[in-house]
Amino acid sequence: MKILILGAGQVGSTVAENLVGESNDITVVDSDSEKLRQLKDRLDLRTLTGNAAHPSTLEQAGIADTDMLLAVTQSDEVNLVACKLAASLYNTPTRIARIRSADYLERKEIFSADNFCVDFSICPEQLLTDYIVKLIEFPEALQVQRFSQGKASLVAVRAFEGGPLVGNPLSFLHTHMPQTETRVAAIFRKDGPLIPEGNTVIEEGDEIFFIAATNNIRSVLSEMRRMDKPNKRIMIVGGGNIGRRLSKTLENDYQVKLIEYNKKSCEKLASELKNTLVLNGDGTDEKLMVQEHIGDVDVFCALTNDDENNIMSALLAKQGGARKVIALINRSAYVDLLQGGNIDIALSPAHITIGSLLAYVRQGDVAAVHSLRRGAAEALELVVHGDRQSSRVVGRRIEEIDLPKGATIGAIVRGGQVIMGHHDVVIEAEDHVIVFVINKAMVKRVEKLFQVSIGFF
Amino acid sequence: MKRVLTIIHALGLLLVMFSTAYVMPLVTSLIYGDSMMLLDFLLAMVWTAAAGVLMWLLTRRHKGELSIRHGYLLVVTMWTAMPAFATLPLLMTIPGLSFTDAYFETMSGMTTTGATALTGLDSLPPAINVWRHEMEWLGGLGIIVLAVAVLPLLGIGGRQLFRAETPGPMKDAALTPRIADTARNLWAVYAAMTLICIAALKWAGMDWLDAVCHGFSTMGLGGFSTHDTSVGYFNSPLIEFVMVVFMLVATINFASHFLAWNGKTLRVYWYDAEAKAAIGLILSSCLGIAVFLWWNGVYAEFMTALRHATFNVVSIGASSGFASVDYGQWPIFAPIWMLFVGCIAASSGSTGGGIKMMRTLVLVKQAGREFLRLLHPAVVNPMKIGGSVVPNNIVFAVLGFIFLYFITIATLIFVLLITGMDFLTSFSAVLACVNNFGPGLGMVGPASNYQGLSDFQTWVCAFGMLVGRLEIFTVLILFTPHFWRR
Repeated sequence: MKILILGAGQVGSTVAENLVGESNDITVVDSDSEKLRQLKDRLDLRTLTGNAAHPSTLEQAGIADTDMLLAVTQSDEVNLVACKLAASLYNTPTRIARIRSADYLERKEIFSADNFCVDFSICPEQLLTDYIVKLIEFPEALQVQRFSQGKASLVAVRAFEGGPLVGNPLSFLHTHMPQTETRVAAIFRKDGPLIPEGNTVIEEGDEIFFIAATNNIRSVLSEMRRMDKPNKRIMIVGGGNIGRRLSKTLENDYQVKLIEYNKKSCEKLASELKNTLVLNGDGTDEKLMVQEHIGDVDVFCALTNDDENNIMSALLAKQGGARKVIALINRSAYVDLLQGGNIDIALSPAHITIGSLLAYVRQGDVAAVHSLRRGAAEALELVVHGDRQSSRVVGRRIEEIDLPKGATIGAIVRGGQVIMGHHDVVIEAEDHVIVFVINKAMVKRVEKLFQVSIGFF
Repeated sequence: MKRVLTIIHALGLLLVMFSTAYVMPLVTSLIYGDSMMLLDFLLAMVWTAAAGVLMWLLTRRHKGELSIRHGYLLVVTMWTAMPAFATLPLLMTIPGLSFTDAYFETMSGMTTTGATALTGLDSLPPAINVWRHEMEWLGGLGIIVLAVAVLPLLGIGGRQLFRAETPGPMKDAALTPRIADTARNLWAVYAAMTLICIAALKWAGMDWLDAVCHGFSTMGLGGFSTHDTSVGYFNSPLIEFVMVVFMLVATINFASHFLAWNGKTLRVYWYDAEAKAAIGLILSSCLGIAVFLWWNGVYAEFMTALRHATFNVVSIGASSGFASVDYGQWPIFAPIWMLFVGCIAASSGSTGGGIKMMRTLVLVKQAGREFLRLLHPAVVNPMKIGGSVVPNNIVFAVLGFIFLYFITIATLIFVLLITGMDFLTSFSAVLACVNNFGPGLGMVGPASNYQGLSDFQTWVCAFGMLVGRLEIFTVLILFTPHFWRR
């Protein structure tokens, strides 16, 4: 597939990195040639320096035969104009734009085919905010991803002493709580993946991925570890786009303190937020943290633009006694370095964003893609079509399906009902199948398996 | 000197306009066939108009643009000169009335205070009663226009708070951009509401004269009545209910009424943080005092207690000053609490007096801010009222206002105490005059009036009304040397 990416910022370059690996022809356009040079050094793609909203630039970048346009520059306006141009001048089939401003997002008609012709808009800040909100809602989870409009969820949790399941084989889960349907999709032990079997024994420190109906999450979590008190006091460092959105979402249900370095931004934030306590100060100032009772904080989120600052303030907060610390870290090298250490959760904004983009880029009927473990693993929601003849999936029991090793069917959502992926469940057409893939390299094969053969049309 | 002549020029024009106000009592005396009254009012009208024309003609060479400084002087001279001319018909028709008492009466009307120095109101000629109530109505109109359109230009008055960014439909931009238009629109809203009020009072059982008079004094939040026993004369729950509703309406900022009228929506009131706080405070006080009176056995029936508490608390709380019973006889907590509510409850830009709810909100929030700052030294918390940020310089202006307000009240109380008045009377009289609600307690309680005061005491009270009505700064600024320096 030919893909044109406008903007070589964090989102642009991460998307490029992910898509290059999936054998696509990629061109990246940006006005900063230095950024492009760095990208070109690393990846096998074409780059072009220029204004992404000018038709001449787009033409040079080869928009005429592009299959998909990803407008992810810093500017909403440039992204909108680029999508409009692509649609009206070059008939580009798929147009995706990053739109941040709530002013645009509130009026959906702006994106329609009569106006700016945006097929799909993403807002990384919003995705990230939603992600953190879920983590705060379920304090025990490392990650919560939703499928089928939130009916089913995939949850990552680290097993700890105090959970009834720890030290027992997986089959114990079913005997211990027969009413609650859940399925363990994968276990990562000391960074190596395990294929879960009925006799696999859960050990302390295992990272467990399980799928359950969303309202059962809490009871399943309690099997894996001792339950924490629900979160109440939240401290956020950094009042940028994410910090502001997060405070706004949380402020009515939690006690939120927001620390921001810039006095002017503080005033703006304070006028916008209703119940958040806005503090002016440095996020790495341990005196300020102590003054604001860091020891009583349940969740500490370091969300500034600066990776090093986030790491430092998260470490300080942990040392000061914060129960759980979350740091926003852009550089993936840092993320791998830190997760599981003193920093409880290291968030990579690019990986959270990319999931929703990937769902559009992939062929087949993919309803959702979630990138897991910093992009090493993936969870896909695939829609099944066809019948027993045209599809290799429909009408077969799960154990009959020729899934690659390391891929598991976690659950099936059928007409609003969440059915766990037991070996004897028969898949029907129009089911949403949630597949967990331990290794990203297998994604292609899984997708192929679920595609309808040509004869169907 | 030149500045003063310019002011006199403008004042002359205003007086000519003011002389047209005599049309109401003239019409009344025609209806009642009272030729003596007709003559007196015609004479007063001619005198006022002639004085105005004379002032205007003599100073026409000094016609000029009015600057902001002129504004203070004009407003104060207007509010002292008009009551002076308005005394003419009173002096001509009521035998034995001193100029002091007459001026007190007209000042009380123009400032919508409603304190009276006259007795035998029931036997006054209808035209005089109409004149007294019309002054309250005009005073109310004047203060709305002043508070909404003029004072913000001078940089005082609670209304300036709304010039800060206000969310939703409360944006200042929704009022018309020109002062003259704004004033005209406010006039229309005010007049329309008064007509509805008069019709409602007539429907509730008053005769036309009483309905017109009480309609005027209700919308102006004045408190004059055509009867010595005030609203207690009617002894009608329905009339009391109608008046309560319209008094509450009049305590809301007229800019909100105007926006609601213009946009045909009641949503405006929901965004008016000041109105919500004011109405909430007044209504909860009604209920609280009703329970208090019932508990203390003042009224055996709870519903009776609720009826009297509601009417009198709304009346004093909204700074009108009607009375349906002698609440001076209630246990002391109730009347003192009513005075307290009267000091703070009315909205800025309404016809009510006192500190104004907007300033009260600012003060309360400022106190909260100080507490928060002590607990969290690094906190950034701008003051927000109704979701919009109030800049710090306005907070300081409000703090300055409150300081002057208390100094004024304390000084006037001391002055009255020097003259030998008892504490309760002087305290309540000063509060009642500065906050423009009228009846106080003790010697000036709801069952009696200000007639028993000496001339000097009467002048002190009249001065208090003026200072309170014009938001203190406007009057006191004239006494600063800087004002007169070039």
